[in-house]
Amino acid sequence: MLSSGSGNTVIKSKLINRRMFLLTISKAVVVVGVLGRLISLQINESSKYKTLSDKNRFREWKLAPERGIIRDYFNVEIASNKQVYQIHLIPENTQSIERVFFRLKTILNLSDKRIFSLKKKIAKQKPWEPIIVSDNLNWSEFSRINLFLHELQGVEPIVSVARVYNDSSSAHVLGYVSQLSAKDLKNKEYLKDLSIPGMAVGKIGLERRLDKDIIGQVGFQRYEVNAYGKRIKRIQVDPGKAGKSFKTTLDLEVQKYTAEILKDKAASVCVMDIYNGDIISLVSSPTFDPNAFVHGVERGYWNSLIKNEKKPLINKAISGLYPPGSTIKTIVALSALENKIIRPIDTVTCKGKIELFGEKFHCWKKEGHGVMNLRTGSQRSCDVYFYEVARKLGVDRLSETAKKFGLGKKVLNDFLEEKSGVVPNTTWKKKYIGQNWYLGETLHSGIGQGYFQSTPLQLCLMTAQIANGGFEIKPRILFDKKNDNLKAYLNFKNDNPGQPLPTDLLVSNFDLKPLFKNQENINIIKDAMYSSSNEPGGTSYKSRLEDKRFTFAGKTGSSQIKRFTEEQREAEVKQEQLEYKNRDHALFIAFAPVSDPQYAISVVVEHGGTGSKSAAPIAKKVIKKVLERHSLRQSIIHMQGESI
Amino acid sequence: MFQPRSIQSSLSLKDKILSIDYILVLSILILGVVSIFAMYSTDGGEFKYHTKSHILRFIIFFFLFLIFSLVQIRFWHSTSYLIYFTFLILLIGVKYFGISSSGSQRWLDLPFINLQPSELMKIGLILFLAKYYHRVSIENINRLKFLFLPIFVLIIPVLLVVIQPDLGTSLLIAAGGVVVAWLAGVRVKFFTYGLLIFISLLPIAISFLKPYQKARILTFLNPEKDPLGAGYQIIQSKIAIGSGGLFGKGFLNGSQSYLDYLPEKHTDFIFTLFSEEFGFFGSIFILLLYGVIISRIVRVGHITRSNFGKLYCFGFGTAFFIYVVVNMGMVLGLLPIVGSPLPIMSYGGSSMMAIMLGLSIVMSCKIYKDVPVN
Repeated sequence: MLSSGSGNTVIKSKLINRRMFLLTISKAVVVVGVLGRLISLQINESSKYKTLSDKNRFREWKLAPERGIIRDYFNVEIASNKQVYQIHLIPENTQSIERVFFRLKTILNLSDKRIFSLKKKIAKQKPWEPIIVSDNLNWSEFSRINLFLHELQGVEPIVSVARVYNDSSSAHVLGYVSQLSAKDLKNKEYLKDLSIPGMAVGKIGLERRLDKDIIGQVGFQRYEVNAYGKRIKRIQVDPGKAGKSFKTTLDLEVQKYTAEILKDKAASVCVMDIYNGDIISLVSSPTFDPNAFVHGVERGYWNSLIKNEKKPLINKAISGLYPPGSTIKTIVALSALENKIIRPIDTVTCKGKIELFGEKFHCWKKEGHGVMNLRTGSQRSCDVYFYEVARKLGVDRLSETAKKFGLGKKVLNDFLEEKSGVVPNTTWKKKYIGQNWYLGETLHSGIGQGYFQSTPLQLCLMTAQIANGGFEIKPRILFDKKNDNLKAYLNFKNDNPGQPLPTDLLVSNFDLKPLFKNQENINIIKDAMYSSSNEPGGTSYKSRLEDKRFTFAGKTGSSQIKRFTEEQREAEVKQEQLEYKNRDHALFIAFAPVSDPQYAISVVVEHGGTGSKSAAPIAKKVIKKVLERHSLRQSIIHMQGESI
Repeated sequence: MFQPRSIQSSLSLKDKILSIDYILVLSILILGVVSIFAMYSTDGGEFKYHTKSHILRFIIFFFLFLIFSLVQIRFWHSTSYLIYFTFLILLIGVKYFGISSSGSQRWLDLPFINLQPSELMKIGLILFLAKYYHRVSIENINRLKFLFLPIFVLIIPVLLVVIQPDLGTSLLIAAGGVVVAWLAGVRVKFFTYGLLIFISLLPIAISFLKPYQKARILTFLNPEKDPLGAGYQIIQSKIAIGSGGLFGKGFLNGSQSYLDYLPEKHTDFIFTLFSEEFGFFGSIFILLLYGVIISRIVRVGHITRSNFGKLYCFGFGTAFFIYVVVNMGMVLGLLPIVGSPLPIMSYGGSSMMAIMLGLSIVMSCKIYKDVPVN
């Protein structure tokens, strides 16, 4: 077995060398393979792996941006931000979640339900993601937490910024913000990059409309994290960009004042500058506390809001639909004049009712008004006079004028909750109800009942466009220096008395859109409204303001909820005797001051009975307040003219 | 055979020291120093446990390497079988007295060291077969009855290691044995038969595999399929190496390892860490160092006169090459993660001990290159 010959040994060693040579060759091949792989990884694909490495290394935490501020016309903040004290919890930093919750429970009075929902949330997210335990603590709670912080590992007291509404008078027009929901994320494109848990987004009103610009740009903190997600080092902080702030045309003083007057009533008030369309006031009542929504509304409060029959969550000024009632008579008379159906001196005799094809049409005054012309008919709001005018006019011409003056379409457009209302005519009825128009319905339309539906803001716009001489204005709620053509025209007219421009020059020189055929007709209507408010017998005579500076011209209205039965009519049942929800809505529209009109107002009191009793007195107070602040408002314009 | 005693006795200590392969010694020293820096980086740039113990081990084993280099080649030859059987007994000891860690029983808890006999067996088997084939005459090598013993001494330790279970090491032990048999002139057909038998037994072997080992093989085939589970290591290692680029992220700046994305960074993935921090040029530097070491080992094989020395040096050199390539192939995503350390660079006492022992014998071959072994 053992070899001994040296020759044998040599042969063997040659064999070994030969085989080693083969091995060396195969080694070279393998080395080339390894080298190739190194080249491919470290040179060819290096940038790809660098990106992957950075993706490993860095993790970003988004920072919610500060929301822009909403101010009123006088730069008073109506939606602002305040510091809030929050408690965040990072589960992975705690030693025992149970113990932390136990401690927090005693310090903060956390409910078991809340703790349960927090735990559910923690289970759903990564352990290094912070969870908001309490997002709005008061100072004493916050300082107590800080006192016990050494026992609360993983708990972070955070001072953050959240929306605060300083009063609730403007709750409806401003709307509110609340936590970002899955639905928001799905529906709103601009929120794609903004999805931060706890982020507040505008849900309704201006907050919703302005959300895209007012929300700001998200910031982030970039941390280097290890394989277990623990933050090692902060690499970069981008605080984001606070949202854009907005200035509105609203006057917070008027808002507050009006809200106080309307308190507990289901009512709304709109006030508008008749020349540039600035909305001075838009109040809906009863109101609610928008702050309650910022950190998630409590169930109890929510239930009390939605169960309230006065519907505090609805912005009645733009979402409430009411038959315009007698306020439409201004448009009926105007339309009849414009279409040359009647002359102001034409008379109708009111005997308390008329009959048409066997159907009785009652005047609100059982015993009748006697001989009425346009001015007296308007002054006393004689139904029979307007039945007759409407009959001659026809619903289609009426609806044309009504639409021209702003009824039947949205005034502000951008508010999701705004309603467009209905201005009926024969084609409308055919299309939506599928029936032919009856003449009787024309008579109902002539006194603003029947199919007519309008929002208080539409009525205000209608009044404003009558008051400014019949020119189209575009109502606005965000401050804008432009759009003052009408003022420019009026200045021109003051400087060149006795030189009224023909319509085509109005259009070309001042970019105005007249809504009339003959401006004299507008003046006749304004005069009729004057008599209704300021002459004995007028429906709102009792609410008149005699001080020339404040004198207004208006038109009352009441829209029927339920038609009177013959028995009720015979018994002369008063509105106050009816059940609340069966009482008529009370309406009032007006412009002021008569001598130099500046503002239009509309007041609607749900189930208020008659316009003269419940709506006109409110208008009286608000008009006075608005006019008292008129010069202040004007001075702001000039001030801004310089500073902006 | 007759050899004049004079050749042997004429080697003075000075002669011995002069005939040490200094290029090899220097390369090992450089690699050791590099490995210490790498270890320092795995400790997050601090002088902590792994670094300290790695330095200590390297110093001790490096000096032992130098001292053992002076041991006569005749001694290694005559004790080859004894060494093999000693290691085999240790390996059997593991089965009964070994300590377990993360699901496998690989270590003997000795006073100074947690010894992993399977690492030592890598050298033991090469040594045994080198002696065996040195003694078998060329005519007998391919006779069946002379094949039984090699197969037996290969299979026993391999099986002992497989059941620990440690698939990677058992394959590397087998590789060393197969290489020596191949060098000795065993015919290609026997290797073919062996391979065929191995493949036909593979399904049975697979049924013995632990689930995690099956997962590793599947993962190797498609790492992206399970990026957070078993594929995690391969993906993170590739990211680390790839992101190193040409020049690397700089010493102590390897974010993948520093932030714990890299698994097993002290041991199997030490090359990944180095490659991330020093880039393509760093990788090439390491490859060159290993290239020098292996070529010096092979060179000793060429100049040594005894076939025992040749078989041992070529066998060890090739095995060393396989260890390096398997480890790199693994961290580069070319091979499944089987768990094999990178010689000298990786943290681990037994591995270092075995490699240094192997190198001592190579050096002994160099010093006593003209001395017959029997």
